[in-house]
Amino acid sequence: MSLSEQVRDGIAREMAKYPKKRGALLPALHLAQAELGHISVETAKELAEVFEIRPIDVMEVVSFYNMFYDRPQGRHHVYVCTNLPCSLRGARTLMRGIEARLGIEAGETTADGRITLGHEECLGACAYAPMLRVGGTYHEDLDLEKAMQILDGLE
Amino acid sequence: MLTVPYVTSYLSEHFGDDAFRTLEGYRARGGYQAAKKALTEMSPEDVVELVKTAGLQGRGGAGFSTGLKWSFMPKETDKPKYLACNADESEPGSFKDRILLERGPHQMLEGILIAAWATGAEKTFVYVRGEYAYPARCLQQAIDEAEAAGILGANVMGTGFRHDVVLMRGAGAYICGEETGLLESLEGKKGQPRKKPPFPAQYGAFGMPTTVNNVETFCHVPHILTRGADWFRGFGTEKSPGTTIFGVSGHVVRPGLYELPLGTRLDEIVFEHAGGVPDGRKVKGVIPGGMSMPVLPASMLDVPMANESLRERKTMLGTGGIMVMDETTCMVRAACVITYFFRDESCGQCTQCREGTGWMNRIVERIERGAGTHEDLEVLLDVCGKMEGQTICAFADAAAWPVQGLLRHFREDFEEHVRRQKCPFPDSFEL
Repeated sequence: MSLSEQVRDGIAREMAKYPKKRGALLPALHLAQAELGHISVETAKELAEVFEIRPIDVMEVVSFYNMFYDRPQGRHHVYVCTNLPCSLRGARTLMRGIEARLGIEAGETTADGRITLGHEECLGACAYAPMLRVGGTYHEDLDLEKAMQILDGLE
Repeated sequence: MLTVPYVTSYLSEHFGDDAFRTLEGYRARGGYQAAKKALTEMSPEDVVELVKTAGLQGRGGAGFSTGLKWSFMPKETDKPKYLACNADESEPGSFKDRILLERGPHQMLEGILIAAWATGAEKTFVYVRGEYAYPARCLQQAIDEAEAAGILGANVMGTGFRHDVVLMRGAGAYICGEETGLLESLEGKKGQPRKKPPFPAQYGAFGMPTTVNNVETFCHVPHILTRGADWFRGFGTEKSPGTTIFGVSGHVVRPGLYELPLGTRLDEIVFEHAGGVPDGRKVKGVIPGGMSMPVLPASMLDVPMANESLRERKTMLGTGGIMVMDETTCMVRAACVITYFFRDESCGQCTQCREGTGWMNRIVERIERGAGTHEDLEVLLDVCGKMEGQTICAFADAAAWPVQGLLRHFREDFEEHVRRQKCPFPDSFEL
């Protein structure tokens, strides 16, 4: 799959905001990934052309940042914060419960491709622990039942 | 759910009011008058001098004088100058910048405008951590409103001064909160910190003179402009003036945000404001300023929350993220979580950090499993010593300090694991 015109236009608009166009690489990766789900080597090659850099320059950025993926993911990313403030309030117990209910371990994707589950470092919701993030949405003050209600509602 | 601070002061007093998030509501509360005053009645030097006199210290963790930092920006230069706003809030235990972005984005933009005038910067890059999708939307909305109203852009409030604000979203890397890691990331690269010198004021974003300030630091500035240095110094201590928004988490009755003067005692925050530990249990230890800062035992909580007093107890204010651990807590498990985090987030540039964080994590996990030896404790301290002060940025120090703190005050927890060859804290939080 290649970059759509919309994504290319979006990247051009981002580039105009920075004194050097490479400044727009992270925004461009966000845009491309929102449309394609992950950044494949093919996508990296296309972006490299747009930015006039090497494909490896794109891929080393992709691999450095946790929020960029170099392979296909589930339709929903579910991340449970397991850093200290959340762990003190039961985040790892919650994670075990979710793993058992979904039948997968953190880092895996459900067989129907619905959910990719992961640990995540502090998300800035320390007083509202335990919590999880589905894509860009935070769900806070959880227990296993509340968490499963949210996950069951994902298409 | 993120809620407005339980105790408010000048930064957060209107955070309960939805209208305060809009340009109209912010203006109705006197918003943008301070920026207008700076741009029309004060020279850049006057503004820098005022912020220096007020004694504002950066609220991102290092506590450096904001006015002094601004004064490092070159005056005679034909290069464009930039500001960067560090909204990469990732220090575990910290969530104050999130509420400042969500509930008071115009307050921060006004602080940015004043700083831009003081430093001659034509553009600000606000670097918001990638996970903060909602705070980023709140801020973008405020930027759009301010642009449409001529508060940002080519002719700020009709003064002829130009200033643009660009919001950039990070993508999940703790190290991008380090100021030169942030600059690298802004340039579309891996967020690996730069060697200093040159400092950002000489060679910053895209090679141009740049000043990096934290979200909260900018938010204090309009209040200093409006009410003056003496008023600001009426809050806090002589060396650490003003308020800050403390975040309290862990084993307390009322976890949340509290805007209080610097110098407020830690035990007052934990017991009076946050209600102490639930169910009558006792406190075991408290991390006072985000996870990088060394822990304090229950016997040392009578300390004012300001760097000059916290340093005497070998810890620091950091981001003001206070984590409370009750008497059931296994400090070796805490060390496992802490060292895993730093191992995971090390950018990998410097050997001492890349290898040292892994060593620390493997050793404490071994001790927790019951397979540790007494020599392990000495190796752990030795590794800490070889990381501290040996690397390009302060990340390795931030990884070593909490381990040193745990061994300083809770060595007995580690030794008991070694003696019994198992974890002696069955009621501790699960790993």
